[in-house]
Amino acid sequence: MTTPARATAAALSALALAGGLTACGDAGATDAETLTVYSAQHESLVRTMVEGFTEETGIELEFRDGNDAELANQIVQEGEASPADVFLTENSPSIDVLDREGLLAPLDQATLDQVGEQFRPSSGTWTGFAARSTVLVHNPAQLPEAELPASIMDLADPAWEGRIGIAAGGADFQAIVAAVLALRGEDATRAWLEGLERNANVYQSNTAVMVAADEGEIDAGVMYHYYWYRDQAENGLKGDDAALHLFGNGDPGAFLSVSGAGVLASSDQQEAAQQLVAYLTAPEAQQRLAESTALEYAVGTGVASAEVLPPLDTIGAPAVDPGSLDQDGVTALMQEVGLL
Amino acid sequence: MTALLAAAVAALALVPLGYIVTATVDVGWSGVAELVFRPRVADLLWNTTRLVAGTVAVCLVLGVGAAWLVERSAVPGRRVWHVLLVAPLAVPAFVNSYAWISLLPGFDTYAGALLVVSLSYFPFVYLPAVAAFRGLDPALEDTARGLGLSTWAVFRRVQLPQLRVAVLGGGLLVALHVLAEFGALAMLRYPTFTTAVYDQYRATFNGPGATMLAGVLVLLCLVLLLAEIRLRGSRRYARTGAGAARRLRPVRLGALTGPALLALTALVALALAVPLGSLARWMTTGTSAGLDVATLATTTGTTLALAAAAAVATTALALPTGWLAVRRRGPLATLLERSTYLGSAVPAIVIALALVTVSIRAVPALYQTAPVLLAAYAILFLPRAIVTVRAAVEQSPPLHDDVAASLGASAPSRLWRVTLPLLAPGIGAGAALVFLAVVTELTATLLLAPTGTTTLATAFWSASSALEYGAAAPYAVVMVLLSAPATVLLSRDARRGLTT
Repeated sequence: MTTPARATAAALSALALAGGLTACGDAGATDAETLTVYSAQHESLVRTMVEGFTEETGIELEFRDGNDAELANQIVQEGEASPADVFLTENSPSIDVLDREGLLAPLDQATLDQVGEQFRPSSGTWTGFAARSTVLVHNPAQLPEAELPASIMDLADPAWEGRIGIAAGGADFQAIVAAVLALRGEDATRAWLEGLERNANVYQSNTAVMVAADEGEIDAGVMYHYYWYRDQAENGLKGDDAALHLFGNGDPGAFLSVSGAGVLASSDQQEAAQQLVAYLTAPEAQQRLAESTALEYAVGTGVASAEVLPPLDTIGAPAVDPGSLDQDGVTALMQEVGLL
Repeated sequence: MTALLAAAVAALALVPLGYIVTATVDVGWSGVAELVFRPRVADLLWNTTRLVAGTVAVCLVLGVGAAWLVERSAVPGRRVWHVLLVAPLAVPAFVNSYAWISLLPGFDTYAGALLVVSLSYFPFVYLPAVAAFRGLDPALEDTARGLGLSTWAVFRRVQLPQLRVAVLGGGLLVALHVLAEFGALAMLRYPTFTTAVYDQYRATFNGPGATMLAGVLVLLCLVLLLAEIRLRGSRRYARTGAGAARRLRPVRLGALTGPALLALTALVALALAVPLGSLARWMTTGTSAGLDVATLATTTGTTLALAAAAAVATTALALPTGWLAVRRRGPLATLLERSTYLGSAVPAIVIALALVTVSIRAVPALYQTAPVLLAAYAILFLPRAIVTVRAAVEQSPPLHDDVAASLGASAPSRLWRVTLPLLAPGIGAGAALVFLAVVTELTATLLLAPTGTTTLATAFWSASSALEYGAAAPYAVVMVLLSAPATVLLSRDARRGLTT
């Protein structure tokens, strides 16, 4: 006697569910005039650089923010069906993953010409749109200048046990490892990572590394330059006692990491996507980057970076082809030694 | 028909487990050996087990001790203490962790993690312990005392055995929560399997490294579930007849009143005053950013919409299972109900990882859309809805429906006019529990939120990860305010509503 009632109850619950789902599904709908940008760069920096893009072109932007390797592997998994039109990375190894998989469309020559050659791969499938340099952050009261290491490789020395900090889970540190791998080879990198696994405290972010150095929790930490400069610009809220040490001399520790921008070959809005990358690398956007509080290096030809930063030609960065960094090799090595 | 629907729900709940098993088979033995049998996994295993064991032990002591004081002793202000001891549930563990670490940056140690997690989770033991004390006829204790047992001996030999099932259940809940905890431990830099799976996810998306760690994590959960079943044992505690319970005479504490009050005050101060105080401090002195009211309002709106949709969907999914469990008792109903519980015992990070992969490969049209996120919420929180729906069905006799039918009411009209009104309170309670759980869900939301969707938890997370404590505070405050009503409900009726 109650069978029909049960059937109706079931149907009703299914209806309620479907209703709930459809109502939500609409939120994710996109139309032809919206570009989906997978972005691993800092939100504030990207938003500053694309300022005015929508007004000028009528193209809306929708961002999916994430971590370099996460988003790159995600796009690889998504393959042809990827919703992404443009990929912006914080560091170049991840965009290279896509390049090797043949997922990137060649960029317009005019776009490439806006950026210095050392900031883009010879393949022409992506381009740098910002750059950051590796630094050692330390508290001079605890680690005086005379005791600073000469090379980032020295940090694997047993003398540094328990004294250094790294953000091993983040893409920034992994890019630095990629540079070490490209410059020193696999065996030296493995040995170095094994030393770090023993010596280092692992933090969630570069900022956390800087705060730990500032408060003397560690003697020194590896990170990028702009965390410290930004903090200084805000009167040293988090790192007033911390100072930076630049390795220079072409040391892997002076690695200059390039943030890459590329257009997905699978995108059905090629023209709009190319427009966005051109916009990011144009002198106007590069100038906005230089004048912003992001304090990363501008890479546009003829655009000078923020004045507070040491000029790029003085930091002694090693020569690394941005197209030669091996993300998968880094992940495998870090898993092998137990840093991941 | 209902059985089919319930089977579909069970199948959905088992997707994450199925994914892990399939992925393990794909990786193959040599791959598993390489990714699982390595020093890093041994470290994580040690870290995870000692934290789980420590937290369960601390929570058992705090929970049972506090419950005894509130239910059996003459400590002053027992009703107030009861509310204050449930209130920490309104503060999500990751907010509690943020409160401590932003005050004491050196708190990222084992002891720090143990303290923060225990303070967040001890109510999971406290609540069932209180319920068990209330259900216990004081006559037994009086008899024991009459036979010459001391208060301590009464506690150990009469009360504790009776509390065993309830307290073990609470302990299991604590253990499963610690295994699944991501935000609180990531902030305290205490690596466990769950945080390591997230790191792997950040480095490889859903690569084999992430799935294999997730597999180990799932195994740990299963071991816990089995251990709890064995520990529960087969002794019976029910009396033959309900009888009339004797009136309770609270134990006078005498000279111990002072220390007891001090202990309760310290517990409440650490579990409640510290996080609320820290939030207040960051709200007033936070310098990282001014309060952006528009963004906060939009984020709150998104969170509420998602939570409401999840509440509707999850309760709807719970109906067939809850109905079947009562009206068609039998091995099949039990199997289907248990399957959903098993699926929910899997940590959120694993559920999210599984759904990302399954949606890319099997249902690309749904990939990165709200339905996938809602499915994750449903898998996570189904037991809350099923338990309440089930209780409601149990209380509504089929007779009403039959009478309505005999009076000529059609099936849809019976459903609308008889069945649903009878079930409404249960359905509502279940929906409310799911709603509140979703408001503070972090882990699955981080991985599955559609492009451009930010919730209170993820906004809080991105600000606090960048150590912008001031900017994170408003989101935490809204989450606490939204969770507060649920804790009031829980403190009123300790017997209901507390499941995974």
